[in-house]
Amino acid sequence: MSILLSVNGTKYPVDVEPDTPLLWVLRDTLGLTGTKYGCGVSLCGACTVHIDGKAVRSCSVKVSSVGEQEITTIEGVSANGLTIVQQAWIEEDVVQCGFCQSGQVMAATALLAANPKPSDTDIDDAMKRNICRCGVYQRIRKAIHRAAELNSGEV
Amino acid sequence: MAIKRREFLKGSALAAGAFTLGFMIPIKTRAGQAGAGGDTFVPNAFIRITPDNSVTIIVAKSEMGQNVFTVLPLIVAEELDADWESVHVEQSGVNAAYNSPWFPMMLTGGSSSVYTSWETLRKAGATARAMLLGAAAQSWNVPVERLATRNSVVTDPETGQSATYGELAALASTQPVPEDSPLKPESEFRLVGKDQMRLDSGIKVTGKARFGLDVAVPGMRYAAVARPPVFGATLKSFNATAATAMPGVIKVKEVPSGVAVIADSTWRAIKARDALEVDWDEGAHGSRNTTSMLEEYRALADTTGFVIMQEGDFGALAAAAEQVIDVRYEFPFLAHACMEPLNCTVHDQGGSAEVWTGTQTQTADRSKAAAILGYEPEAVQLHTMFLGGGFGRRAAAYSDFVVEATHVAKGEGVPVKTTWTREDDMRGGQYRPMTVHHSKLALDKKGNPLAWHNCVVSQVLDGFEELTGTKIENFDSSQVEGLKEQAYPVQSLTLEAHLVESPITCLWWRSVGHTHTAFLKETLFDEAAHAAGIDPMAYRLNLLAQHPRFIALLEKVKVMSGWGRELPEGTGLGVAIEESFGSIVAEVAQVKVEGKKIRVEKVWCAVDCGFAVNPLGVREQMESAIIYGLSAALHGQITIKDGKAVQGNFNNYPVVRMDAAPEIEVEIINSGAKMGGIGEPGTPPIFPAVGNAIFAASGKRLRSLPFGI
Ligand code: FES
Ligand code: FES
Repeated sequence: MSILLSVNGTKYPVDVEPDTPLLWVLRDTLGLTGTKYGCGVSLCGACTVHIDGKAVRSCSVKVSSVGEQEITTIEGVSANGLTIVQQAWIEEDVVQCGFCQSGQVMAATALLAANPKPSDTDIDDAMKRNICRCGVYQRIRKAIHRAAELNSGEV
Repeated sequence: MAIKRREFLKGSALAAGAFTLGFMIPIKTRAGQAGAGGDTFVPNAFIRITPDNSVTIIVAKSEMGQNVFTVLPLIVAEELDADWESVHVEQSGVNAAYNSPWFPMMLTGGSSSVYTSWETLRKAGATARAMLLGAAAQSWNVPVERLATRNSVVTDPETGQSATYGELAALASTQPVPEDSPLKPESEFRLVGKDQMRLDSGIKVTGKARFGLDVAVPGMRYAAVARPPVFGATLKSFNATAATAMPGVIKVKEVPSGVAVIADSTWRAIKARDALEVDWDEGAHGSRNTTSMLEEYRALADTTGFVIMQEGDFGALAAAAEQVIDVRYEFPFLAHACMEPLNCTVHDQGGSAEVWTGTQTQTADRSKAAAILGYEPEAVQLHTMFLGGGFGRRAAAYSDFVVEATHVAKGEGVPVKTTWTREDDMRGGQYRPMTVHHSKLALDKKGNPLAWHNCVVSQVLDGFEELTGTKIENFDSSQVEGLKEQAYPVQSLTLEAHLVESPITCLWWRSVGHTHTAFLKETLFDEAAHAAGIDPMAYRLNLLAQHPRFIALLEKVKVMSGWGRELPEGTGLGVAIEESFGSIVAEVAQVKVEGKKIRVEKVWCAVDCGFAVNPLGVREQMESAIIYGLSAALHGQITIKDGKAVQGNFNNYPVVRMDAAPEIEVEIINSGAKMGGIGEPGTPPIFPAVGNAIFAASGKRLRSLPFGI
């Protein structure tokens, strides 16, 4: 069965079982390996992508349920050069191994889109779904605040 | 090949962005061949300079977050006087030139990357610089002494003449390799010793960095393996009828570790693997559980073990002591839970092969893969990918994930990527061993320690046996590391050990034996301080007076944390200090205890690694090591029931997340002592610092991990 998926602005027909998790379609079928597998069951956030702008765990989304909605992956979010969030990440020297970071950037991007000036509590609530085994949480927190400032032209 | 030059990313002009980062360019033909000739200057296995003045520095360690991709090139660039803003970094292939000083193999582990490479890389840079200077002197016919270098350019201050390293590359290749090129004095360092931002940020925030899991090569297939759920179990028989009929399934085959399904996607392989009907012979361990193991360990810890060390007469001193603290400390199995689940891609090409994986032990992995395929090691090309965390798990002594993937791909003729699910990874063993320590500390009237007796019960780490090639008997060095050389003055120290046989495989886990010995030592001496009625910070400062580096660090965290200040009810500070991997780290944790809830609010950390090559990287490793240890301290345990690991994913193996992550402040003391490691030493003190803070906050002394009230 062929399913039409809209990913990063392009439509792709994919021939997979309807219950295939979106994560594996992105990674194996479309070769978009920036989206990571970390747990497979909505526990770690490594697979975070945007569906119609909202952060979702692609490991727990059946490909057949996406329909016409627009999927954005890490590859799509930075198609036109680094975003403010990514710049903030670099400036705060956030990453370590980096494996969680696509998911972190996607989650933070969605957070800032919905809440341009998040408080620490807002950051806790939004970002606690994303595990980082390298433990770079305080740098992520700083980078989100920095991105908020960059966005508002404060720096 | 799909993964090659695509990996290049020209970043933004921002901090880390001005670099290009190369990855996976095979250098096996060039590495180690000084003066390879041609227009390219390859003075040694770490440097390559081409006529377009591009300076490439080769990294022979695995990048797993600890920042070797930045700090190792930095050392070369410093002595080479290369233009740091335009340096290229490249991952090495497997080559004896990159072997660890400890074992005849490449190894990224033991927090050793920087301090064991420091001299080698400085010399590599200095030698290349000398040859470039020699080339300039020859071509300008001037004395070499008056020439200077800066940012990949040689200049003659007298004539104003200059040439880029690239322009000099061809001639530099013909220069004799100097025996001994002088190294810069520390005062002339321009790059080293200063905060340097990571070079790999750009590709890691854009999803372009390629981890083992991301390997995609033409014709690749995907595999998942059904492994025995019970430790020590073996395969009896399997029925693959249902699995074979599933979409995309190409093959089902038996491998030594279980039954592999090869399919045309990861998901299809996993689903078909789950549909296999496998009959396992559970062997002798089908009813094993950690509850009864713990009982056994406790009982053993009370009996005399193999005596590793016996200084002084504990019995006599204890008999005359004012009091003896007699306690047991208990530690569970811990999984590494790297963010990237294990995986390995192997392409058996018939007579030769390629392997792509994130590994800390390239040479051993390649040899094992070659042996399985029946090829010479040199016929196997191993590509080190970025590691989504290592923490010791990817220094698998028996190369378990490479060996298995090689069996899966053997004879297939196409690349096959074997992916472990999170559950496969977490239940696959190779844990920090479950451990019990029984400690007795005799104190005099003033509460000063007199004599210490410790008996440890745990099991062998697979790693040491495999690496040293000798069967470990009597005790495993990790059982007592940190204790044999501990700094507290006691008249008598006795260390005993029991080794327990178990089918549950164990391995090094970030900071290895120090994960438990530091907790035991720093909790025990905290208990002694309280027994003596002395402030635990003052008690340590007094006892460690002969150790100036310890004192400096304790004084530092004392000030940083405002030790002694008034704290709200239910909040406490705890301190701990540990020397490991050549560095010393002191930490103070502030913990709030509310009912059964333990909240670590803040951690102050002071580290002395001798000399911080990249202070920013050192601080980041401390932050990382503290959170990693904190996850284990608060939550981490693998329990065994009916021979199987109970925990399989982050629901029942929880880790610290954003909302529980304390703020961490790090300060560095450059004592000038011999350089030590930084990847691991931040982890050990956090366990006792938090435990001691819980005691200060609540009066509850917790001696068993993970903490629970
Ligand atoms: S892989 Fe989807 S949340 Fe972990
Ligand atoms: S950077 Fe390694 S898991 Fe987050």
